[in-house]
Parts: sequence; C-alpha cells; structure tokens
Amino acid sequence: MTNSIHDLGGMHGFGPVEIEPDEPRFHADWEKRVVAMMRGMGATGLWTLDGFRASMENLPPVTYLSVSYFERWCRGLERQVVAHGLVGEDELTAGRALRPGIRLNRKLTLDDVNKGGMATFERRAPAPARFKAGDSVRTRNINPATHTRLPRYARGKFGTIEAVRGCHVFPDSAALGAGDNPQWLYAVVFAGRELWGEEADPSIKVSIEAFEPYLTAA
Amino acid sequence: MPADDHTHDHGSELSEMQLRVHALETILTEKGYVDPAALDQIVENVETKIGPHIGARIIARAWVDPEFKQRLLADATKAVNSTAGLDPVSNHLIAVENTPQTHNVVVCTLCSCYPWAVLGLPPVWYKSAPYRSRAVIDPKGVLAEFGVSLPSGTAIRIWDSTAETRFLVVPMRPAGTEGWSEEALATLVTRDSMVGTGLPKSPEKPEAAR
Repeated sequence: MTNSIHDLGGMHGFGPVEIEPDEPRFHADWEKRVVAMMRGMGATGLWTLDGFRASMENLPPVTYLSVSYFERWCRGLERQVVAHGLVGEDELTAGRALRPGIRLNRKLTLDDVNKGGMATFERRAPAPARFKAGDSVRTRNINPATHTRLPRYARGKFGTIEAVRGCHVFPDSAALGAGDNPQWLYAVVFAGRELWGEEADPSIKVSIEAFEPYLTAA
Repeated sequence: MPADDHTHDHGSELSEMQLRVHALETILTEKGYVDPAALDQIVENVETKIGPHIGARIIARAWVDPEFKQRLLADATKAVNSTAGLDPVSNHLIAVENTPQTHNVVVCTLCSCYPWAVLGLPPVWYKSAPYRSRAVIDPKGVLAEFGVSLPSGTAIRIWDSTAETRFLVVPMRPAGTEGWSEEALATLVTRDSMVGTGLPKSPEKPEAAR
C-alpha cells in the first residue's frame, strides 16, 4: 500500500520530538538480534530492501504507530519469511523449527561480514537521463496500491531538478519482485510554499530524491 | 492492538519481545538460514565499529583541508574512500554544507533512512513520528525543540531521504578554533550537528552542546 501510515511527512498531531539525552545504541538486547537477522536474511537475496519496506508499510496503521522501530523490523521479518515459504506460521507459534529448512542460494557467512562490502543501487542506464540540473519539473499525482517512494506531500508539485544522482534500482518495481527496472534518480527541490501553501515560511525549501517516472517536464 | 495495551508495564513488554525475537532466531538457526557466528559479528560491528565518530573525523578533515572539503561536497563517497585515515563508507553518500545563508536538516519521512556508515544507528527520535512528520512542514519548530535557533534570515533546507542516497550535514566550523588540530576539532562535531538538528560544540563550553 502506498497511501499508508508510514508516509508521515506533513502530518500533525504527533506532539513534540522526544529527545533522550545520552541515548544508548540499543534499548534492549533483542534489538541487536533483530538488526543481525535483518542483515542475515537480507543477504539471502529472496527479497529486496523495498520489498521489506513494503511489508512494514502493510502493517495495520495502529500497529505501525504503536510498536517500536525494531519491533516493526521483527514483525516485517516474520512476514517476509512466512511469505517466502521459509518458515511456517505454526513454527512461529511453536517457537522452534518443525521441519527442515529449504535450500537457499545464498547464506551470509562470518567471512562475508568480516569482508564488509558495499551495496550499490546504481545500475547501467537503459536510456539517457531526461532531465538535467536546473530543469523545471512537476511530480506526478500517483496513488499506486503498491510501494512507492514518492511521498504524498510532494505529489503534483512544481519543483526544480537540482542534481542528477545516476541511474538506480527503481523501488516501485523492486518491491514487487519485478526486477531492478533501473531509472534515473534526481534531487528535486520545492519551495516550502509550493508544498504547504501561501502561509508557509518562505525561508524553507524541501527536496526529495525522485525517480524519473515520478516526474513530468514543467 | 488491544485497548489496554498501554497498561502493560515496560518490563513485561520487553520480555514479550525477547521471547518473540528469540523464537524467530531459533527457527532461522535450526532451519539453517542464518549462521549464529555471522550474526554475532554483525552485532559486534554495530556496537563497536560504526558511530558518529566516523562522521566527525570526516567533518574535521573538511574543516582543515579545503581541497578535501571540495571533493567531499562533489562526491562524498569517492572523497572519503580515496582518503587515507578515514573509514570507508557505503555508496551514495552526499555531503551538504551549512553556510551563513543556509542550514541543512536531514529526515526520512517514509521510513528512517540514515547514514549508518558515518553516524551509526539512528537515535529513536530520528525514527519517531513527531520528527518524521514535522521536519518537512515545521523545521523551525523542530529545531527549537532541539534548542537550536538560527540567525534570522537563515534559509532552511530539508533533505528527505526518499531513495538510497544518504545525507551528511557539514556544519560550519565553530569560531575560536583557529589552529586547532583535526583530532581536537573532531571532538566538537556532534551527531546532531551532522543531521542538522544541532550545532557543533563551542570551544569554550564543549560539554554544553549535545
């Protein structure tokens, strides 16, 4: 779902930012294990980063807002392993494996972790970039039922291309398991008043990182 | 969620999650999907290796070396990864510079994208609904909650991390630090100053800033 609760930009009513002085890295040991499992299972290549984001965005809104960040990860991970046939609901309930695992093409090893490695989302461009820095654009007003990275507050708005970031994996396709479908990525900057109306503070500008299919020439 | 959820005390909520996470890890391990040694190493890396000290060293280098700063602003990933003495960072890192005219603030309204490679784990407030909802519409109000007030006339630029590009704010070098070493300067660079919700510590009262 795209018009879901995760798309928070511009909403009112959540109160002040709560800042915790000298915040620890983690607030509980289980959070560490969730981070590790996310990375480990992500390395299997069975789903994409955006596929994972979509699984969290599909949580019921009340759940999304009431659980902590790492609990969202845990719930998202549970959904992914079940959806991909790696784990049964009955096993989650039992808290242990009831059947042998299926064969994975990739499994993260200690050696992989030690080597590090840097994920890149840049891909070879199938076509030249349509826009260049300085071009005027308008974001499309799209409301797909599936994952997108065009926030609601920036749809149908006039902005300016500030930078061309390269050609990147297109989240809207990758989330569906439909492949990388590489698209040009741009920094698009908007005046605060274009986004928030005439009464907005004129000294504010907001930019998003927008994929070419989100944009039309203006 | 049940209506009485808020009545759970903190302790029982944690143990509920401990059980839930332990169950998941047990299943994934028993089915051979994860290697416990690899998971332990990931935790160790997150706890001991990554953190805002990495970003602070990049900023301090930029403050003392104008040529490096120029390369950092042109292509942060390339600049950092081709400079001896700095930890390598992942792809698509973008450095944005604060000036007397413009103050930069980073947010991810759609999830919680954050430059882990240079700042470590994001603080809870960065991932929270108040910050994600308001940073793009009321940045001055948000900055005020962090105790940051900018000179009038300063423009504010918000960077919403909607793709895999990650942003690092290059704060302005504090006055009164002429002749300081790179190492000493790095101690003034706070995490929040590299997100844009804070300013570097002042050399006179380094304990005052966050």
